[in-house]
Amino acid sequence: MSDSKDFLLGVYDDEDVLLKAVGKIRNAGIKIHEVYSPFPVHGLDDELGYKKSRLPIAAFMFGMLGTTLALTMQIWMLGIDWPMIIGGKNHVALPDFVPVTFELTVLLAAFGMVGTFLVSSDLKPWKDPKLLDIRITDDKHILAIDLGKNKAVEASEIGNVLKDSGAVEVNDKKVEE
Amino acid sequence: MQVTSSVRKPLITGGKTVHDVTEDICRQVEAKPSKLWLMAFGISVVTLAIGFLAVAATLWEGIGMWGLNKTVGWAWDITNFVWWVGIGHAGTLISAVLLLFRQKWRMAINRASEAMTIFAVICAAMFPVLHMGRPWLGAYWALPLPNTFGSLWVNFNSPLLWDVFAISTYFSVSLVFWYLGLVPDFATIRDRASGMRKKIYGALSLGWDGAAKTWSRYESVSLILAGLATPLVLSVHTIVSFDFATSVIPGWHTTIFPPYFVAGAIFSGFAMVLTLMIVTRQVFKLHDYITIEHIEMMNIVITVTGSIVGIAYITEFFIAWYSGVPAEQYAFFNRMFGPYWWAYWSMMTCNVISPQLFWSKKIRTSISATFIISIIVNIGMWFERFVIIVTSLHRDYLPSSWAMFYPTIYDMGVYLFTFGLFFTLFFLFAKFFPVINMAEVKSIVKSSSEKTA
Repeated sequence: MSDSKDFLLGVYDDEDVLLKAVGKIRNAGIKIHEVYSPFPVHGLDDELGYKKSRLPIAAFMFGMLGTTLALTMQIWMLGIDWPMIIGGKNHVALPDFVPVTFELTVLLAAFGMVGTFLVSSDLKPWKDPKLLDIRITDDKHILAIDLGKNKAVEASEIGNVLKDSGAVEVNDKKVEE
Repeated sequence: MQVTSSVRKPLITGGKTVHDVTEDICRQVEAKPSKLWLMAFGISVVTLAIGFLAVAATLWEGIGMWGLNKTVGWAWDITNFVWWVGIGHAGTLISAVLLLFRQKWRMAINRASEAMTIFAVICAAMFPVLHMGRPWLGAYWALPLPNTFGSLWVNFNSPLLWDVFAISTYFSVSLVFWYLGLVPDFATIRDRASGMRKKIYGALSLGWDGAAKTWSRYESVSLILAGLATPLVLSVHTIVSFDFATSVIPGWHTTIFPPYFVAGAIFSGFAMVLTLMIVTRQVFKLHDYITIEHIEMMNIVITVTGSIVGIAYITEFFIAWYSGVPAEQYAFFNRMFGPYWWAYWSMMTCNVISPQLFWSKKIRTSISATFIISIIVNIGMWFERFVIIVTSLHRDYLPSSWAMFYPTIYDMGVYLFTFGLFFTLFFLFAKFFPVINMAEVKSIVKSSSEKTA
């Protein structure tokens, strides 16, 4: 069974107009499905009411994991499993373990965070993005409204709000699920 | 809200629109390779092939093919290694440190300089790997593998091992940073392409759709990655300098090495970025994106870091004299007036004097002067490493073992090989990848573009 979604797309060509438009549309009681942009628009996530990303927390956790792993590895290898006197130093010469610990902290934090990002944003080589408008990756910002979730407001009314907020075009788009 | 400054000069000239950015950058990727590109790429591949003969000879016969002797056990190989790693510092510095400082001029040059970083680190890695003699038998010994594997645990007290961790971390984190920046641009190319090309760039773009939610996460990932990469950049050359500083060789055993090496690395990295960007700008006609303003900014960084390097040289001398240690004093006297005086004075002229020319606005805004000085700086930085390594080793504590170092054709060949490798990779990148970060540049079109009303 094929299910289809009806979208109304507001096309914007200026990021500042878009930013103001998002507030106006939300104030009119219309739910915005998502905004697609060719480049990051600062403040757009706040306007859309998105929560702050928790990725930095993920990075911190992965970093801590790296620190722990690195210290455990070095202390266990040189201090417990096979202690040797190297240059008259202690078996566990902590200052000497700082560089490797630092590097592994950074390595795990970076890879862990980027991995989490790819998974949480569902980015993968075999994904077909099904763009609502091909100009998203060129020069247009597309504000998508899912008509199925905005039954309370007439579609033509939504179209008018989009136009009033500065959209240069308003298009219909049916997406097969 | 974008704030338009009336004080700052525009970073994009020619009154470009957002769509123009897409067109101008994608054109290089989509068009058939130009004659100029084919020629440059051909020369690089030929250089790579000629250099490979020396690499093959080294692998077949062993590193006895190089000019090393019992006294001078490190010479061209480690000089080249440190030189390439140093060059590999500018990319991540530009993209990470300048991102943290919100320097918008980084946007036009970060992509290519990150690519340069990655290729330079690959070239650098060639030397320690070849220095192992038979890397296929021993390269894995640098990893912490169990004793039953055939050797003891690795020695975590050794700076050489720290290097393994530092450089591989730096390489992989830089690669991830670079790739993440490429994803939205691959999506742009994907949406303009068809057929096989669409499939390839589609896979590379990881199904990017430009959703605000993804951009929001993307921005926070970039910021944290920049925060992680900044101490990482500083740590890499610090740890490379530990290879020398933790030894007891006069001329190496100094605490000034870490900051001095880091400044030198940024210095040479920016010089190499300039050399490459000036050529790329000319070949791909990117004058509106890489403006004189960008070149001037980079030249200022070169002057600052070049001056730090100059102060470091002088401090090193002063401390050698002030320490009262005869071996230390001799090492520095020998650098200046010994048999390698020419290398020392080349280094001084290229690194300390030439960047000071940029105090003149006329010189630092001249493309040809910048191009020449950027090459001179890199020659100087090569001599710096040569001076540090060879002059400190060639006269050790025992005068009977004093020796000179003479490079063989194989030393030169392996160096040539890394040049071939570097430029082959760079030209492939310049042809098939977007050389300028389109998404970032588009975000400043409104605020930093030249208005042509």
